[in-house]
Amino acid sequence: MKITRRQALAAGSAVLSSFILPARAQGKPIRIGSTLPLTGPLASLAIIHKVTAEICVDNLNKRGGLLGRPVEWVLRDDQSKPELTRTIYEQLITADKVDLIQSPYATASILAAMGVAQRYNKMLLHTSFGIPRLAKYDMQFQTAGSPFDPEVVWPNHIFDAAAKLPKPPKTIAIVTSKFPSVHAISVGAREVLKKRGLQEVLHLEYEFGNRDFGPIAARVKDANPDFLWGGTNGIDPVLMLEAMKKIDYRPPAQVHLFPAPGPMLKVPEAQGSLALTTFESHPPFTDDPAIAQFVKTYAERAKEAGIPYTAVDLQSAIMYAAWQVLEAAVNATKSLDDKTLAAWLRKSEVKCLFGTLKWNGPQNYVEGADLYKVKQLQQGRWLVVHPDPWAAPGAKIV
Amino acid sequence: MGGPGSEDRLTVPSATLLGQSVLSGVFIGALYGLLGLGLSLSWGMLRQVNLTHFALAFLGGYLTFQLAAVAKVDPFVSLAVTVPLFFGLGVALHGFFTRFKVTLLNTLLVTFGLTSIIEAGIQWYWTADFQRMESAYAQVRWKIGPLYLSLPDVITLGLALALCFGTWAVLRFTDLGKAIRAMTEDAPIAAAFGVDEKRLGYLVSGVAGAFAAVAGVCLALDHTLAPVQIYAWMGVVFAAVMMGGLGRPLGPLVAGIVIGVSEALTMAVTAPTWAPLVSFSLLIAILLFRPSRF
Repeated sequence: MKITRRQALAAGSAVLSSFILPARAQGKPIRIGSTLPLTGPLASLAIIHKVTAEICVDNLNKRGGLLGRPVEWVLRDDQSKPELTRTIYEQLITADKVDLIQSPYATASILAAMGVAQRYNKMLLHTSFGIPRLAKYDMQFQTAGSPFDPEVVWPNHIFDAAAKLPKPPKTIAIVTSKFPSVHAISVGAREVLKKRGLQEVLHLEYEFGNRDFGPIAARVKDANPDFLWGGTNGIDPVLMLEAMKKIDYRPPAQVHLFPAPGPMLKVPEAQGSLALTTFESHPPFTDDPAIAQFVKTYAERAKEAGIPYTAVDLQSAIMYAAWQVLEAAVNATKSLDDKTLAAWLRKSEVKCLFGTLKWNGPQNYVEGADLYKVKQLQQGRWLVVHPDPWAAPGAKIV
Repeated sequence: MGGPGSEDRLTVPSATLLGQSVLSGVFIGALYGLLGLGLSLSWGMLRQVNLTHFALAFLGGYLTFQLAAVAKVDPFVSLAVTVPLFFGLGVALHGFFTRFKVTLLNTLLVTFGLTSIIEAGIQWYWTADFQRMESAYAQVRWKIGPLYLSLPDVITLGLALALCFGTWAVLRFTDLGKAIRAMTEDAPIAAAFGVDEKRLGYLVSGVAGAFAAVAGVCLALDHTLAPVQIYAWMGVVFAAVMMGGLGRPLGPLVAGIVIGVSEALTMAVTAPTWAPLVSFSLLIAILLFRPSRF
């Protein structure tokens, strides 16, 4: 058979394009269902998860989808209500007949979804479950890099970091919201600080949603600690620091566990504040070109979505990791069967954007170790400062 | 005072801590009173439980924030836009209630629905994320002895005092106020004496809306805005309005300050977790011992 020059060129182009262009997803879409609190008290965080997941699904489809099929993300609004989360996951599995489910946001909603997942033998990856001991279902897997015992591991991370401060603290004031996860960690911190020979000079608990931080600020000022432990999340650290500013007080050093990152940048008194994270948008995290590209895309999409803080950090990273884990498990097993996927995860490790996730400990967690880091607000930027291998280039605790 | 091993149990506060906490309670109480003023007027005089008032106050806060952030408009200059706008919204709301003869219970339901719609609109435009207005006012504070006062707090207190006393004076000493009180007392008899109930109803509703705009400026000056926070203020402000007496302009302010100071002292001397119980405990106590007030 004679091959013409034109045919030879066409064949060559086809072979070349198969290397250059990504595989095209074909066939019936794989439907992955989840809820997020798009309205209600947790909506400010849900939008970060939504934008991140949309990027993940787009990228996944550009790479050829899963098992050669396109991926469709079926997202519903759970209105920050766990009882509604339960109902919607039930609908996603029984009425929408999704192939797989993904994580809702926050402990209470994840717990609600976990019950449904267990009833229907669905694997549940979750991003933000604050009380691991309550995760009894054997096909649940966290993708946040958190340990089985955060009430021990996280206070130790923070006090390890605080020990590197120019003036290591000796006296601690613990002020914590009763929001379940941060409260549990703060209770643990009280035990940890005793074991480390530190002195607790104040312990206060307040209701989540507190409006007036004036008296709390005055009590911290009165106690005069070396270090303020803020068992706080969301906007509470900002409100607390502003109340302190009004009475001309600033703690010598402080941690706020999970602050809303954007608003903290605008508060001068927050400079130097420590917080927990898994990922920040700087090297070594962004050394991987794919992750650097994600950081860039996220910044663009977050801006379009009206999110004031457009850097990738803890919240977007844990959602990104959830999709990385799902993709790794499906690709490795070539299966959408929940039991097959769960069995693979239990014995495997998945490299995600902030380290290597494992599930070989109690209740699919790892005890005594995690992928969390300590960041510090320095000159208007959040920089990881502890542990050293993940620290931003040249960054030191100040 | 914090000491070694201090727990969140009852502690003996220092005089400074006590004084600063009382001040903090007075200022937050003034905001309760300011938010409660419009609610109290529409509930007591028009028989409308207007939950939209909270949504309007936050919408006012967001508009103040937007004008300051984009057009660099001073928060108080923005009142020139928001006060007439919200007066109009108040009038329109009253027109709706009058047109459809909405009963007292149904005003609660309708305005709850409207609140949800306004919340959704705020979230759509400003997102669910926290927004904070940066203003020069927030940087100003004074030291009096060991105590500190901040300008936004003082402004809130000043506005609350001015509006509550001003409204009280209008109702007490002017013909217009007397006509409104007569309308509230017995509308048909008042009408027989030439009082135009319909026009006064629109006026009161419009004024209540305008008060929401003023409360919005105070919210924007000293608080972080998020759509969901509309609901965070409802319980305590309702308690202040009910304790203060419906339709009494000074009532929500006095009750708000009592609640604010009680909450603050609770936080100063014992576990801050007890503070939210204070307002409702006070309300229950008043319901038990002075039921005639309602």
